[in-house]
This record gives sequence, C-alpha cells and structure tokens, in this order.
Amino acid sequence: MTTTENPSTPAPEIGRDRRRKEDRRLITGRTRWVDNQALTGLLHLSVVRSPFAHANIKGIDTSAAKQVPGVVAVYSAADIGADQVQLPCAWPITKDMKSPQRPALAGSRVNFAGEGVAVVVARSAAIAKDAAELVEVDYEELEPVLDMEEALKDGATLVHPEIGTNANAQWVFDSGEAGSGGDVAEALKKAESDDDQIVVRRRFRQQRLVPVFMEPRSTVVDPNSEQLTMWSSTQVPHILKTMLALTLGLPEHKIRVIAPDVGGGFGGKIAVAPEEVLTLLVARKLGKPVKWTETRSESLLTAHHGRDQVQELAMSVTKDGQITGLDVKLIADMGAYLGLVGPGVPILGAFMFNAIYKIPAYRFDCTNVFTTKTLTDAYRGAGRPEATFGIERLMDEAALELGMEPLEFREKNWIKHEEFPYTTVSTLTYDTGNYEAATEQAKQMFDYDGLRREQQERRRRGDVKQLGIGISTFTEMCGLAPSRVLGSLDYGAGGWETASIRMQPTGKAEVVVGVSPHGQGHETAFSQIVADQLGVPFDDVEILHGDTQSSYKGLDTYGSRSLAVGGIAVVKAAEKVIEKAKPIAAHMLEASEGDLEFSGGKFTVKGTDKGVGIQDIALAVFAAHDYPEGIEPDIDAHATFDPENFSFPHGTHLCAVEVDTETGFVSLYKYVCVDDVGNVINPLIVEGQVHGGLAQGIAQALYEEAAYDDQGTLLSGTLVDYTLPTAADLISFDTANTTTASTTNPLGVKGVGEAGTIASTPAVVNSVLDAIRHLGVKDIDMPTTPYRVWTAIQSASGHAGRADEADVASPGAGLGSTASDISKGDTQGGHL
Amino acid sequence: MARIRTTVDGLVYEDDVEPRMLLVQYLRERLGKTGTVIGCDTSNCGACTVHLDGMSVKSCSVLAVQANGAEVLTIEGLERDGQLHPMQQAFHDNHALQCGYCTPGMIMQSIDLLGDNPDPSEHEIREGIEGNLCRCTGYQNIVRAVQDAASKMKPGASATQQSSAQPVAGGGA
Repeated sequence: MTTTENPSTPAPEIGRDRRRKEDRRLITGRTRWVDNQALTGLLHLSVVRSPFAHANIKGIDTSAAKQVPGVVAVYSAADIGADQVQLPCAWPITKDMKSPQRPALAGSRVNFAGEGVAVVVARSAAIAKDAAELVEVDYEELEPVLDMEEALKDGATLVHPEIGTNANAQWVFDSGEAGSGGDVAEALKKAESDDDQIVVRRRFRQQRLVPVFMEPRSTVVDPNSEQLTMWSSTQVPHILKTMLALTLGLPEHKIRVIAPDVGGGFGGKIAVAPEEVLTLLVARKLGKPVKWTETRSESLLTAHHGRDQVQELAMSVTKDGQITGLDVKLIADMGAYLGLVGPGVPILGAFMFNAIYKIPAYRFDCTNVFTTKTLTDAYRGAGRPEATFGIERLMDEAALELGMEPLEFREKNWIKHEEFPYTTVSTLTYDTGNYEAATEQAKQMFDYDGLRREQQERRRRGDVKQLGIGISTFTEMCGLAPSRVLGSLDYGAGGWETASIRMQPTGKAEVVVGVSPHGQGHETAFSQIVADQLGVPFDDVEILHGDTQSSYKGLDTYGSRSLAVGGIAVVKAAEKVIEKAKPIAAHMLEASEGDLEFSGGKFTVKGTDKGVGIQDIALAVFAAHDYPEGIEPDIDAHATFDPENFSFPHGTHLCAVEVDTETGFVSLYKYVCVDDVGNVINPLIVEGQVHGGLAQGIAQALYEEAAYDDQGTLLSGTLVDYTLPTAADLISFDTANTTTASTTNPLGVKGVGEAGTIASTPAVVNSVLDAIRHLGVKDIDMPTTPYRVWTAIQSASGHAGRADEADVASPGAGLGSTASDISKGDTQGGHL
Repeated sequence: MARIRTTVDGLVYEDDVEPRMLLVQYLRERLGKTGTVIGCDTSNCGACTVHLDGMSVKSCSVLAVQANGAEVLTIEGLERDGQLHPMQQAFHDNHALQCGYCTPGMIMQSIDLLGDNPDPSEHEIREGIEGNLCRCTGYQNIVRAVQDAASKMKPGASATQQSSAQPVAGGGA
C-alpha cells in the first residue's frame, strides 16, 4: 500500500506520437517471418500448377519426379484426398447462391491457370521445385471463360458445368422495397420526361488488382506436438483454425495456429488457402514438419486478386443540381472459385454507392460471375473502393453535364454537419461527420482556387503539360462489424472482438488481443490505450497476439476493425480489471467501495490522501494473504465487444496531376487529403496508414492491372509486369485531420486502414480527365497508362493513333481490357 | 560443390555450396541470417539488399560463389555495441516502416545511397531507392528517414545524435 502525497495524473498516452514498440526487431533483422522457421527434419513442399486456364486432367505421371534424389514423395490430388476437400466460403450472400466445390488440388479438371494439380515433397525447397518440373500432366484443353458479360449469356462455355450456369448469385437492394427511399425506376422514368431533370448514364470498369503484400505467403506445419501447429503468414489465425477444423473434420482443440511476424496483408491474407491445407495434409501423412513458401510469381498467379467489376450507373438529377435517383448495376468477377468472403465483397459496396449524399431513390443490383481466372476476394477496402470510384466519377460526370463546379455539386447534395446522425437511403446510420470542415481545410491546403487559375493559364497557353484537378469526397463503413448486421447479410460469423488483461505479480500487464496485426502497430497503439485506462506506464504493457494458444479467441484483422472493435474490447477488459480490483482496494484501504475513486492508476479514498496503485493490488492478489471474503484473488479480466454500428470515417481528397499531352505521361503534382477518422490514438500511425493507403489507391488509378491474354494466361505474373509504384513514381502527400468523434464507441475512434485507398483512386482519375477533357477525351479505363492517355487524346482529336497496335510497353498496361476494347472499335468519343 | 570463404557481418565462414546457390539462400539457409528476406523472383523488390564489399547488391542476383573472398554486411551486422546505426534509428524515429518486410533491404540501400551522396534532395532519395519496393508506407516516411539520417551522419553532426560506433556509409564494414 502506498500513500499518495500529491496525486497527479500522468500525461495521457492517447494522442501521443509514440514511436512503435514493434520496430526494434524489424529494423535489426531479428524477425520471425514464417519462412524463417527451421525445424529439425523439416521437409519442403512445391506445388505443380496448371499452365492452362481450363482443362481436363487426363493423367499425371510422377515417376520421373520420384527418381530425383532428395524427393520424399509426390502426390496427386487423390493420393492425399485433396480433391475431396471443400475449401470454405463463409459468405453465402443469397439462399440460392451457387457454390462449386473448391478442392485443395484439382482432381479431374483445372479451372484457372495456376491451379495446383500435384505436390512434391523434398528435403530442400530447391529439390522440390526441380522435381515439380518433372511431373508430367496430360491436359485436354477446354474453352476458357474470360469475359464476365459473355459468360452470363445463353450458350456460354461453363466454368463449372455441374452447376449449370456461370452466375454465382444476384444480390439486390431496392430502397423502394426496403422503405428507406423511393423507387429508382420511377425516379429515372420521371426524370427522362422532365425538362428540369437530366439522366446521366455511365459505364465504368474496375480493373483486376493483386494485393501484393511484400512477404510472400508461407506455411509451416508441425504435426508432432499435442496440438498440430501451423505457422502461417495470415491475417486470420483464428478463422483459419476454426475453418481447418470444419473443413478437414479435425478436432479444433487439437489445432494451434500461429501468425508470427506477418509482412503485410491488405486483405490478401484473409484466406484458407489450398496450400495451407496441402501443407497440413502432407505433414500429417508423412509425420514430419513441412514448409511451403511461395515464389512471387506463384503469389501473383494464385493468391487471390481483388476488384474486377463492370459498373453500369444511372443518376437522375435536377438541372439545379439535386440528385433524385441512383441506379447501380454491377457484374463482379469471382474468378474460378469462391474465396473465404469473395461473394460478399462487391455487396459491401451496396451501402457505399450513396456515399455522403442524400439520395431519395436508390437501387443496387449485383451479379457475381465465374470465369476461368484466379479467384477474387478482399483487397484493401473490399467493395468500398469500387463503390466510391463509381459514385465519385459519376458526380464529376453529372457536374459536367449540368455545367456546375464539381465541388459545389457535391456540397449541394451531401449530408450537412447539423444533420447527423443521418440514416441513409441504404439504411446505415452515420453517427458523426463534418464534410464542410474537411473540404474547407483541404481546399485551403491545396490552394484550390490558385490551382484552378493555373489550370486556366495552361489551357490558354496550350501548354504541352496540362494540369488537371480531381476531387473525391468519400466516406466508408468500417470497423466490421455489428454481429447482428452480419447475420442479416448471411455472413458466416460475427463481428465482435476480444481482449484479456493479465496482471503480473510485478504489476506489468499482459494484454491478449484477438486482432492480429501485419504492420498496423497494434502493440504500440493498444499499449497507449491500456496505459491510459489502467494508469500504468506505456512500457509496462505487453500486447500478445497471433497465437491461438495465448490469444484463444478472436476474429482477426480486416475491414479497419482493429481499433474500432478490438481497441474497444481492450477498453472493456481494462474496465473489468478496475471493477475487480475495487473491492480489494477497499479492503486494503479499510474503506468502503463507495468512497473510492480510480484515476491515474490509483484507487484513492475521497477526501483523504490514502490510496493504492493497481500494480500494488496485482502483487497483493498474487500473494493472496489477505483479501475480502467471497471474491476470488484475481483481477485479470476478459471482455468481448460487439459494436452496435459501423464507423464512418470520411474525408476530402484533392489531387492535381500534370498530363503530358504529347506522351500521355501522367505525373502527380499535388495531393492533399483531410480525413476525419475520429479521435486519434497515435497520429504517427494514422499518418502512416493514410500514406500507404493513398499509394495503393493511386496505383490503381495509374499503374496496376492484373491482365490476362485470350487464353486465360496471367500476363502480369511478375513484378516486372505487375507494376507497383516505386518511390520515384510518388510524391509527398499533404495530409491532415479534422475530428468529429464517433459516438458509437467509448474512445470516439473510427477506422483508418482503408481510407486512403478508398478515397484516392477517383480523385486521381478525375484529375487525369480534368487535364485533357478540353481535348475531347471523355473517359479512360484504369490504369490510365501513358499509352491509354495518349491514345485517348489522339482518337479524340481525330488522329488514327496506333489503336490497332497492342499496348505492351507501358507500365501496368497488359493486353487484357485494352486490347479487347480496341478490337471492338470502342474508341468513339475518345473513350478507351 | 564449390568451396567459398566469406566474411559476413564480421565473422569468417567457409562452406561448400552448390554453384547455383544464390547469396540470399546462403545467408538464410546456411548461415541462419534470416534478417535478409526474399520478396520476389525477378530482382524487382530489393528486399534482399545487402552490401558486398561496400556496395549494395540484391543478394538474389548474386551467386554465393561470387561472394568468395568478399565481405558481406547484412541488416544484422549494422548494430554496434547495442547502438543502432543512424539509419536504423532514423527509420524508427520517422515511422518509416509498417510491416517491416522491405525494411532490411530499404535500410541497406539507403545507407549505400548516402555513401554515394551524403546530402541528397528528396528527388535524389526517391531515385536512389527506386529499386526497393514498399507496399505499406507510400515511401513518404522512408524519404523523411533518409533525410534525417543524412543530417545526423554529416561530418560535424552533434555527437549525441550520432551512434558511438562509426556509422557505416556506403557499406564499409
């Protein structure tokens, strides 16, 4: 027991730009990536993959591979039951959704180029790879299915003939039926016959992307401990553990999953991967530890992709700029199979197309389709970047047709700050926000009016390098998610999160969290929260995560949920620790509980100088020599938090680009974003998340595309062809925050992980078009590569250009959509 | 098999290696130097960057036998007497890493960059680390970290800011 002479509360940790706890091992190379694991007797697994997009397997000859010294085993699917496995999809979006079997290895037919057909196990990774080359597979080629719209037509080749269609599911939201708004068909019909309204119709393409986490996926399975142990480079160790049990019929309490240091995820490691299952099956069969580590090419080819939608949008709007209806028709490419949450990804967009705007009538209609390509699933933003791109591009197009300034048109339609909480036409209730404040600050930082003047000057002079200004005023739903809402969307799990606090005898706190970081800085941010809640020093807190033996319950990290859901579980656990400590403190202080107050890590008796610290109470309950009757000598606590609502970060992003009208080259000129992510725990981490998010969103606009040829072969299958932005491609961004605290959680926090990616893509494309629209260009598909920009300028100005030649030289521009667009002669009006 | 003799992070090693073994495989699989990582198979990402006789190299593009007789410095050899290299410290101070996978290569390349150009502009830094990919940070804080390290590694920079050990620039071990 200590007596406080001068009780003073330490400076709050929340809001401090603490340097990260996790950095030390990462900057010194003392890391624990899965591929670093070296176990005695470890064997290495290599997967034999199909070069064809669609083919029957007529036979597999493994004899040559088996002769290679050092090869332990070669297995086809049937040898290990891999063709009988049904890899899980946790999100059946409709009752009649079609779910073809997704095996761990293909048995009789491959459905995308890269699908595994056999595995080689050897004493070294090099021997396994060499031997995999010697496995002879006899394929009978089938017609690939590549175009989403063609795939839905009668008579189309079927990816999975056994389900009788290429359509996976159709999911519809109609505000008229939901009672949250009017009937959009009526609104559009009325607008078409109304002289005071216009209808703006556009078709946008969301190209296919690859998440490209920097650490290639890796899995090690040790089958020889009491619990079978899987180390995996995953975002979702808890989901993986449960799904392995359900998928393979293993007792869940006999499985331990560890996600050690994980080198990025961005949604790409939300999966139950075939290779994880194969490594487990082979390790169990051989009774030896087995490792699988992918090459980058394997990763690009087989780890899930993201985006890939065709968007047909129609907006009715009065001539003075009031939106009267929005109709959204999507086709979304699932690829060959359904991933863990793949079919639900485009559906998340249903709630976000209406964005920050008051729209009286709205309909969202999405058809998911199978093709013979790599499957798609979550990629940073998952459904929300696609929706935000669609609406923010359409807002610019409508403003143009109306002859209104695009920012003014947005402001005329957005929810005003005094209207919160606001229930949208898609039935979500936005708790807080202030779009006016974020926009005003962004405009000032950007010098919006000054850049508009500069743009006019360059136009007037006819400069080769034209300036374009693009806007994106976005919001997103994140902090996934209220369990009841997920239930209403037929998702297979809840959206709660857990935390436990274990007070050590010496007063240190072990905090066990269910969320599982891969670069987000949980150890630092959660330590800050605990330090404030319990009043213990930041350095006295250790955050444990990513091992299902210590962190035994959780739903992992995605959807910007770690802080807004997991962080609140930490708060709730800390509150329980204090509640449990209170009767013990009262006993130690010989006071009644009602006379105690807790602040700065100490219980004090009101009106006296008597007090006892929480860390001293931890020692007292460890000794347990003297504590009140009827309670347990323990102040540890566990909490589960299920949010009541999503969180709704928002922001205004302004982008200026220079477009070289002679070469089509786009360079970033200035980028300003002002994001409202609620209260900030650590501004350094928030800024870092925004920077990285921006880079990925900008990359979609300018650089990246997973392109396939007409045989279904991935053309951008290495980092030479799938062009991530380098430091030299990007500029320094000007970022800032406005703050309206969320009212749906005690910390007032929102999410930040996906914001930059969701917001930036339309700002960049809007700016590229803004630079060259006066030349007659109306639209350019993403990525807006120099070739596409140049060709759009050429065809808009009536030059023939080189539109008959395929684009193979410019970064990120594969043959895929460009070549097919060209072959259709779809260059009218400068659209490319 | 070929016999090689190399000095890695100050220790001498002698090993028989397959002629086709890459330096990065030798470091990771034979020496347990797993601080150096592999991020791609086309020499694009730079995650495996180390210093070979004072020059930054992508160790996936060098054969182990080419390191025969040479001195190799990896991320694990930068710290001296418990003191971080100024570049490591700058990466920490400027939040220049998130997942940390690209970080070893990025730090080794940035040190090499300052060896060639002790006072680079933002543009020169961006060009200088162009061969190293990062998917988390958008590079902005990496650029800041390199600028910060440059100011602290300059001759005459305050001793308190400088590592007590001789900072390694240009990879000289």
